[in-house]
Amino acid sequence: MTRFQFPKSIASRPVYGRLTARPGSAHLMVADAEGAEALLDLAAAAPGLMERAHVIYLPKTTGATYARRLETLSPAQLYIGPSYPAAEPRLRKALSDAHMGLQVYLAGTEGLMGQAMREAIEAGIPAGAIQTEHRGSVARRMQCVHCKGITEDVTTDPFVCAHCGLNLFVRDHYSRRMAAFQGVCIDAEDPGDVPPSKELYS
Amino acid sequence: MSAGTRKIDVTVTDVVEVNELVKRFRFERSDGGEMPTFSGGAHTVVEMRDGDVTRLNPYSLMSDPRDRRAFTISVRRDEAGRGGSLYMHRQVRIGDRMVLSYPVNLFALDLRAKKHLMIAGGIGITPFLAQIKQLSATGGRFELHYSVRTAALGSYAGELAGRFPANVHVYHDDQSQVIDLARLLDGQPLGTHLYVCGPKGMIDWVIRTATDHGWPAEAVHYEEFLAPQSGKPFEVTLASTGRVITVGEHQSMLEALEAAGVDAPYLCRGGACGQCETDVVRHEGHFIHRDHWLTDDQKTCGKKIMPCVSRFEGKSLVIDR
Repeated sequence: MTRFQFPKSIASRPVYGRLTARPGSAHLMVADAEGAEALLDLAAAAPGLMERAHVIYLPKTTGATYARRLETLSPAQLYIGPSYPAAEPRLRKALSDAHMGLQVYLAGTEGLMGQAMREAIEAGIPAGAIQTEHRGSVARRMQCVHCKGITEDVTTDPFVCAHCGLNLFVRDHYSRRMAAFQGVCIDAEDPGDVPPSKELYS
Repeated sequence: MSAGTRKIDVTVTDVVEVNELVKRFRFERSDGGEMPTFSGGAHTVVEMRDGDVTRLNPYSLMSDPRDRRAFTISVRRDEAGRGGSLYMHRQVRIGDRMVLSYPVNLFALDLRAKKHLMIAGGIGITPFLAQIKQLSATGGRFELHYSVRTAALGSYAGELAGRFPANVHVYHDDQSQVIDLARLLDGQPLGTHLYVCGPKGMIDWVIRTATDHGWPAEAVHYEEFLAPQSGKPFEVTLASTGRVITVGEHQSMLEALEAAGVDAPYLCRGGACGQCETDVVRHEGHFIHRDHWLTDDQKTCGKKIMPCVSRFEGKSLVIDR
């Protein structure tokens, strides 16, 4: 199952929708892993959209499964890359060349959507005008509030900060500017008293 | 009165005929003090004591927001209106004492914008005059497209084009010059915000075209003050006291409440800000909703009314006041 219904939480926690085609002069789509399914669904629902679409896709662990299927949609431009940092210069260039009327569609994991959204907001698109659809892993991009280090793809709570080694509690408190959830030391009062780690949403 | 905002006692220090339809008025504090600061796009509500009638009309401030000496407004004469603009044109003289409200801004610049694209029609130029002064002082990027009937009626068009030749584009109706809106919208860099002020038809055209061209609603700003329209007289009952107040033909419900001594809330008096939103307790009849505030669902459910511009026709109306 690639769709997951996140339980209702605090206002800071991003919520995701379903991608729908909107009128626009150009269409920029960024997806990772199972996020490709959302683009495939979008293309099926809106014939003709892909002819004007620039697709940036990061297969992550899905190999060629989705990459092939995206190729058959014949988007105007298709970039398939190994990681978000590798794709970021292309995303920035696409945004800096764009005009008003550009529609942005993001799909896949929260970390990918959050980082791409940060770039789109920075480029001047209002947050509410950027479409998102969560697919695939519920892994999170976490910021350690103590050392400020980012740990990617966190799937357990608590987890160990990849930078400073503190035991961090996974909060729903989200920073759009950092494109990361906040991780707070769980055993500050009583060092070593760390509850057993659980899979997120298990 | 606690409704609205705080008031300022002012003296009219200048009245200038800009052209055959528009007059400009300058107000300074009667006590010699400084005016409040404001941000470009703000308006003030001018109190007019016209015989037995008190009119409260909103006008956009066009002066430099940093100029604390005075507020300046421009008023277009509207022969078919309810009389506010005619009062300003015919009665107000240099030296008159008047009352203005503190400034309220319902048409502010979004300063996150990378560029401000302004579309003005006729007297709709006034809020942009203050915004352009604000932006030119802070180095903001803007472009104005200003549609006027004729060169003679194009208030401030000449001075704007002279001062900002690269930013200001004037279109004359009598020379069949039309804003090529579709092309203009498609060519804007990402992060541009769009602002429109002018006649209703122009505002609707700009909003519709921007939506069709994929502009997000958050980047499209408009200001349309609705003057309350005349209509059939009707009665309104206050739920708190059972008092029955008659709303006259040329009076808005808000004005009738005020005339009866009811301290009803308001800010814009033009159906835009939402401040006067009033709950309807019971009604038998139908509403004539004219505001931009209530959603379509709220308008059909019959539980809300904006007394500044909307009216009622029918047997009885009881409001929560």
